[in-house]
Amino acid sequence: MTYRSLAWIAAISLLLMGSFVMAEEKPVIYTVNYPLQYFAQRIAGEQADVTLPVPAGIDPAFWQPDAGTVIAFQQADLVLLNGAGYAKWVSRVSLPRRKLVDTSAGYRDRYLQAEEAVTHSHGREGGHSHSGVAFTTWLDFTLAVEQARAIAAALSRLRPAAKDVFERNFSVLEQDLLALDSQVREIVAVDPDNSLLASHPVYQYFKRRYGLNLTSVMWEPDVAPEAAQWSELRQLLKLHPSNWMVWEGNPNPESVTGLRGLGVDSLVFDPCGNRPVDGDFLSVMQQNVQNLKRAF
Amino acid sequence: MMDSLYIAWKYLSFSKARTATLVACVTLIAVLPLALQLLLAESERQLLSRAESTPLLLGAPGSALDLVMNGLYFDDEVPELISMAAVDAVAASGLATPIPLYVRFKARRFPIVGTTLDYFDFRGLTIKAGRQLALLGECVVGAEVAERLGITAGDSLLSSPETVFDLAGVYPLNMKVAGVLARSHTPDDLAVFVDIKTAWVVQGLVHGHQDVTRTQDAGVIIEQTDDNVIANARLVEYTEINPGNIDSFHFHGTPDDYPLSAVITVPRDEKSATILRGRYLDGDSGYQLVVPGTVIDGLLANIFRIKHMLDAVILVVAVATGLALVLVFALSIRLRQREIQTVFRIGGSRLTIARLLAAEITLIVLVSGVLCAIALLLVHQYSDELVRTLVIR
Repeated sequence: MTYRSLAWIAAISLLLMGSFVMAEEKPVIYTVNYPLQYFAQRIAGEQADVTLPVPAGIDPAFWQPDAGTVIAFQQADLVLLNGAGYAKWVSRVSLPRRKLVDTSAGYRDRYLQAEEAVTHSHGREGGHSHSGVAFTTWLDFTLAVEQARAIAAALSRLRPAAKDVFERNFSVLEQDLLALDSQVREIVAVDPDNSLLASHPVYQYFKRRYGLNLTSVMWEPDVAPEAAQWSELRQLLKLHPSNWMVWEGNPNPESVTGLRGLGVDSLVFDPCGNRPVDGDFLSVMQQNVQNLKRAF
Repeated sequence: MMDSLYIAWKYLSFSKARTATLVACVTLIAVLPLALQLLLAESERQLLSRAESTPLLLGAPGSALDLVMNGLYFDDEVPELISMAAVDAVAASGLATPIPLYVRFKARRFPIVGTTLDYFDFRGLTIKAGRQLALLGECVVGAEVAERLGITAGDSLLSSPETVFDLAGVYPLNMKVAGVLARSHTPDDLAVFVDIKTAWVVQGLVHGHQDVTRTQDAGVIIEQTDDNVIANARLVEYTEINPGNIDSFHFHGTPDDYPLSAVITVPRDEKSATILRGRYLDGDSGYQLVVPGTVIDGLLANIFRIKHMLDAVILVVAVATGLALVLVFALSIRLRQREIQTVFRIGGSRLTIARLLAAEITLIVLVSGVLCAIALLLVHQYSDELVRTLVIR
């Protein structure tokens, strides 16, 4: 057999293998928020199509899909859930259980209660009550790593042939997330007692992981606070003196000016629940870390 | 021969009551054992095919038969309940796919089956009209339910209260019919399927109501503090789930504690099945894991024991009826002595007499045979439904 024949056989074999790989359809993965979409995209690379069907500008935690979107979720190969009570719509729709991956199930025992929740009770049993679980888990970057690990494991179960690729990509993502974790810890270590305010109660896991002295109010970045809210803040500042308020998004100028009048500066630490207008999860978190530095 | 048949036919037509009695006796004796055989074969087919396609069934300790009959055939007898924690335990083992079942409530006499979408894939059920379950409060109905109730996708179906005297009970839920299943010729045709969470809404464990933290109706609130609101029974809960109120539906307590009647357990392979069965062999586990095929085999063994007894009874009755028929013919020959003498006198031989009697018997057996065949055809035609009505449910 000549070298030429061997070359032909090799070329045909490669073509056949290529067409076989092409014939295997990419799995479709649906996620309930952007951090999970980002993690899945980083881990899967070109091996899967990852979709977040929540429209831009809407908080995925409080979004409600229509029946058509639920059907699309049902037809996905994997549905990545955040867990910890995130996206309550999941409990109000029908999704195939075997396709669901609760990415935070591994640390369910470390969930935090949303201390701001109002419980209620009623009914013929004489009363029952329930309270909420804090769900912005990924702001503790070590928990984000565990969620990413759960995604990598689920992808490996779905496509065992690409397990090595998923593990390699996960390792790189893990390094990025742990780097963020180190940076935040170093920043906070400068002044661990630094007192902070948060505009919204979404930083529970962030606060616990990095030992922040942080108290939340219920302000919206794009809504100017009412007189009662300013009054409550003044009372709060007496108990919890602080020079910084951490915002989920860019605060409106009226809020910033009013806060400055009380000696409180503003910084943005975006939880990045939905797709950012610019950049990606990592760049937004890196910017958050830079913003946080100003307060320490 | 045709002459004999003609004369026999004329005689039988003349003695209508006697002929009808003889035909009825012969038909019944033939139909009974054969129809029973048909029905038993059909019930065996239905019971076994369903049971053999369900590898394992997890439930509370107690009657394995009740568990299987409720879990596979949606029987009225509800076994002891277990909780969703059982589903999580099976899923966490990584050895099997758990499919929860909550078969307890009814909608217009048809069982409401609370489950997950995995059930439809597992049973190979497809949607014929409309779409699959998507939102809380929706149902898909079996083909027979749709036909008998005259409903289709887009209609609504009201759940039935467990007891009519439970005046303080949960309000019936008005479910939206999202789709109709293609006919499967199984008990699934006679069921109303809902998401497991909708079954809990029917029970009142998951519910929706006006926002008690914002209501202006002081008559509803007993006590209100910064972090808790206590409402009284005047708080009206929604009886229908629609886009306007779906956000208000919520769980009370931990979903892990919510009730189920059984869990279909689909092991990954034979080895996983064996390991799982070993785990639940211990009586202290709080569960029983049964192989439905084995349970149904036991049931069929009992049915066939009864069938053998019935066969014996039918055999005795057949012999008695046969003797009675012989007696009837013997007596009729004696009663017809004058007719026979007349046949002799006009030149008929003993053979002619015998041929006439044989022709009469042949005609009776023929008519009985035709009736028997018609009856068996009818039984065969409706055996599927007869078995579901008489044997399975």
